[in-house]
Amino acid sequence: MLKVLNDQLKVFRTQAVSLWLVLKYTFRKKDTVEYPDVQPYMFPRWRGRIILSRDPDGEERCVACNLCAVACPVDCIALQKTEDENGRWYPEFFRINFSRCIMCGLCEEACPTNAIQLTPDFEMAEYQRQNMVWEKEHLLINGTGKYHDYNFYRVAGKSIGGKDKGEARNELPPVDVRSLLP
Amino acid sequence: MFEFVVGSPLNIALILGVVIVTSAMLIWVERRLLGVWQERLGPNRVGPWGLGQVVADMLKIFTKEDWIPPFADKLSFVVAPPIIMVVLLLSFAAVPIAPGVGIIDLNIGLLWVLAMASMGTYSVMLGGLASNNKYALLGSLRAAAQMVSYEVFMGISILGVVMLAGSFNLRDIVEAQSDGWFIVPQFLGFMIFMIAGLAESHRLPFDLPEAEQEIVAGFHTEYSGMKFGMFFVGEYIGVLLTSGLLAVLFFGGWQAPFGLTIGNEILSGVIWFSAKALFFVCFFILLRAAIPRPRYDQLMSYGWLVLLPLSLLNLLITGAIVLYQAGG
Repeated sequence: MLKVLNDQLKVFRTQAVSLWLVLKYTFRKKDTVEYPDVQPYMFPRWRGRIILSRDPDGEERCVACNLCAVACPVDCIALQKTEDENGRWYPEFFRINFSRCIMCGLCEEACPTNAIQLTPDFEMAEYQRQNMVWEKEHLLINGTGKYHDYNFYRVAGKSIGGKDKGEARNELPPVDVRSLLP
Repeated sequence: MFEFVVGSPLNIALILGVVIVTSAMLIWVERRLLGVWQERLGPNRVGPWGLGQVVADMLKIFTKEDWIPPFADKLSFVVAPPIIMVVLLLSFAAVPIAPGVGIIDLNIGLLWVLAMASMGTYSVMLGGLASNNKYALLGSLRAAAQMVSYEVFMGISILGVVMLAGSFNLRDIVEAQSDGWFIVPQFLGFMIFMIAGLAESHRLPFDLPEAEQEIVAGFHTEYSGMKFGMFFVGEYIGVLLTSGLLAVLFFGGWQAPFGLTIGNEILSGVIWFSAKALFFVCFFILLRAAIPRPRYDQLMSYGWLVLLPLSLLNLLITGAIVLYQAGG
């Protein structure tokens, strides 16, 4: 009899405690962020909308090496290489199908020239699926993105118009191998 | 015709309208309060404070496809949902709101309320059976067993109040509390009646008939559109009814605490009754936010092995004290 009564009092007490615990939440700060009115803080390294950056001289960084397209696990990148009169490689077209893209960032990791980069923008919804395919003119931005000083053709050994072999930064002039002959 | 006398057309229209509108508004109240207790905001986009959510929900529920499954028993499937709304509204007729405000002054008011409220079981049972669906059948099975067993001591638990007031008339019960609410002498009865009322209106700690996690939506699995809406609103009218009864039976109904009357007798009565009822509505929502659902066998054994003996004990002790005072 006493045990039964004790058990019932225990049931009553535990329920009262949980009611009090929940009631205390009345004055807690709410966790909800009212999204369209209040923008959440997006971390700079967030993997969102993909852009193509330019080098500090304002030229396209992309050299159309196709590594991003190869790295892409969902095959959403398509591009075609072409060359200008100075010998610079650049993509003739560069197309990302964002309805396939999974924002994994492997293209950014694969890129040897820091051209393709992911940004913290995530608001990419469209009413028509066709609008999810972005061409180069949509992807290309005017700035350098996350890497402000990097300029592939100024550090690479490839000769282009206006910059011959050996004239790049941190590069010695080519060695005349015949001078090494005994 | 247009004065505040019990049973005047003005009274009937006002009470019917206010009860239905309030029970619809409870959808919003519940969602906002649950939000408060779960560290989120709840619906707040439509209209001021999200009040328009009620209108939006109503529009949605009225325009939804009202589908009757081909395998269901048509007649009882259609008849079931209105039953719960009608019987609960009928039981509201006897609830005294303020002096001169009410629909009927029955000398068996309490019995009328209990009788009508227990008719709601038919709605749940018929709905589940007519759906011809295993989940619905399980739900209605649970509903029938739960409501029948909780009905028993729901009646017994308020007999203490009846003994103290010496009447089944709800108005007399309120009048009898003018020099002290029954919550003090009848605390045990209050607790038992509240638990039974929760089970009766199958609100969350005791919502086994519609336990979403186990049996989809229980007895109203196959219902859609306004038929589902009637079950939904019926549940909220049940909450209002239980809250109103708790206020009337144990918290002095329209009587103002500490003599804090506001305006004239009728206005003060309406305000205090609504305040008390609303307090219990909020408390029911807090219960929903805090307490998990018991297992089915736990629910049944708790009812029969704990609450029934306790309510009998309450009845015995109250009876003894009443007899002692009368004979002393």
